[in-house]
Amino acid sequence: MTRPDITPRKGFLAENPSVSWFLGCLGLFTLGVTVLSQGFGPALLSTSMVKILGMTLCLCLIAVAMDVVWGYCGILSLGHFAFFGIGGYAIGMWLMYARTEGIVVESLANAPIPPTQAETRDAIATQIFGVVGSNELPALWAFAHSLPLQLVMVALVPGLLALVFGWLAFRSRVTGVYLSILTQAMTLALSLYLFQNDTGLRGNNGLSGLQNIPGLLHLPQSTIALWFFWASALALGLGYLLFAWLVSGKFGSVIRAIRDNEARVRFLGYHVESYKLLVFTLTAIVSGLAGALYYPQAGIINPAEIAPIASIYLAVWVAIGGRGRLYGAVIGAAVVSLASSWFTGGGAPDVNLGFYTINWTDWWLVLLGLGFVAVTLFFPRGISGLFDMLVRKP
Amino acid sequence: MTTLLEVSGVSVTFDGFRAINNLSIQIGEPELRAVIGPNGAGKTTFMDIVTGKTRPDEGRVIWGEKSVSLLGMSESAIARAGIGRKFQKPTVFEEQTVRENLAMALRNKRGPFDVLFHKRSRKGAARIAELAEEIGLRDHLPRRAGALSHGQKQWLEIGMLLAQDPRLLLVDEPAAGMTPAEREHTTDILKRAAKTHAVMVIEHDMEFIRRLGCKVTVLHEGAVLAEGSLDHVTQNKEVIDVYLGR
Ligand SMILES: Nc1ncnc2c1ncn2[C@@H]1O[C@H](COP(=O)(O)OP(=O)(O)OP(=O)(O)O)[C@@H](O)[C@H]1O
Ligand SMILES: [Mg+2]
Repeated sequence: MTRPDITPRKGFLAENPSVSWFLGCLGLFTLGVTVLSQGFGPALLSTSMVKILGMTLCLCLIAVAMDVVWGYCGILSLGHFAFFGIGGYAIGMWLMYARTEGIVVESLANAPIPPTQAETRDAIATQIFGVVGSNELPALWAFAHSLPLQLVMVALVPGLLALVFGWLAFRSRVTGVYLSILTQAMTLALSLYLFQNDTGLRGNNGLSGLQNIPGLLHLPQSTIALWFFWASALALGLGYLLFAWLVSGKFGSVIRAIRDNEARVRFLGYHVESYKLLVFTLTAIVSGLAGALYYPQAGIINPAEIAPIASIYLAVWVAIGGRGRLYGAVIGAAVVSLASSWFTGGGAPDVNLGFYTINWTDWWLVLLGLGFVAVTLFFPRGISGLFDMLVRKP
Repeated sequence: MTTLLEVSGVSVTFDGFRAINNLSIQIGEPELRAVIGPNGAGKTTFMDIVTGKTRPDEGRVIWGEKSVSLLGMSESAIARAGIGRKFQKPTVFEEQTVRENLAMALRNKRGPFDVLFHKRSRKGAARIAELAEEIGLRDHLPRRAGALSHGQKQWLEIGMLLAQDPRLLLVDEPAAGMTPAEREHTTDILKRAAKTHAVMVIEHDMEFIRRLGCKVTVLHEGAVLAEGSLDHVTQNKEVIDVYLGR
């Protein structure tokens, strides 16, 4: 009398309706921003606003990656912004090199004797590295002339760093708070290293002028901003789809089991370290891609971006949005980062208490801290946990 | 019956306390074996050693017809070699459904990419349904394992052990918290498994052991005190003194 308990195989999207909902909302949002920024005569959304929204989508993407590594696999990495920054630097090198090359070639065009290739290269190096008192192109920039090669670097460098770091850490079974500290040390070391002038990445000047896209200099920034916004939306959509597929099904089941009791998973025969390494590396690569889309919109990247605090914020976004559900990470990153730029950008009016004036630029962090404490205490499942009250599961 | 696992001369010390003391045990395939002994005799620690959870200070643990040593292997490699375990305190993945727990245990490739591209098969689903029927959780497959009663979690873990289909099943106190009818069912399952597998069962319940009707090993202070049929060991003077007499 065994009841045939063979569930018909449904498609991945049919089994995970929240994915379609998310992609639908993202599509509508993209359409809305496009219409409001270009639509009728005077744009309702300024170019800088489009850039902020595009950048926010990139932050949402790294937050989704963070949710996979932390919310699903239980690895509280406090270093994923390092991968984001590396992605930004990798694309920034090409942006800076190619644009400088354009300027140099133009200015040397009228020289009586046509410049040799070496001379052009030297002129470019002087332009880029004059600020740090150098006129040689560092070895690190060997591929900077080529967009395809630097795009490979965007994925390869964060991926390799995560692979080596993760292999060393997971193999020694470093877990919990020790692993978090180790990841903080990694991002701190990277940031301090980049602050030095002789590392070949212009020290604390960072890479700048990244909003000027070589080859597209004739286009207005409003157009470029919209294109990057679209690219960011596409990346978020694809990244979300990838991770939603990853955490659904049996793989998701195993990594959640690792999060809850990794020792027990080993006794089932799963090599826990390989799973962690795969998740850590894949999310690092996606973080790198997110960074590569973010910094051309921000226009500048410097070592302060990789400061340890940035990765801590990332964890705070995910916690506030709600761990262990991808759209929670998106909500957390969008709400907190937009609120942050509103409060610290002078958008929020000061509050005059008579004896004291609350200036939000200074008090925003306090507000965020209180918000974080409140969410942890009263809504441990974050903002998106509130959806559960609407949709009751049987 | 050929020897599947051979533990010889194994000792373990915790902070100066000798939990396992020059212990030697063998089990064949197929075989059913009961392990009894007073609290703290080292029964669970013995399973910890075999499954790679605890590294012994000395001794050998030899596995299979190729006689490989399990001592250098990781927990997961030992499990993949064919040793499955049910823990004394039931440990299932409480946040996941009964079905997900069983699916994870099901005998399939364990590599991350194998699992990532794993396709749910009708065969797998049918096996899960069959196991759920066997462990009395047929109607609980979509439930969160954390919502099950203690006894049901015990059953789920037994189901996961069967799902793994290992060559050696190490079963630590399966009957704790079960009703008499459930105990009987458990002995049936274990006896059936022992027709083709090596099964080692730790239990305190003598009725349960009697129903298993198999060779019994008595552990005491980390070493084998007596071995043989239940009647044989229960007549042993030392066994009566340290275990049965109390
Ligand atoms: N990890 C450990 N650290 C320190 N001591 C331990 C550890 N594991 C076990 N022991 C000690 O080793 C001894 C044997 O424990 P074990 O759990 O193997 O006994 P047992 O025969 O399974 O007993 P029970 O019937 O109560 O389950 C006990 O005295 C226990 O306190
Ligand atoms: Mg025990």
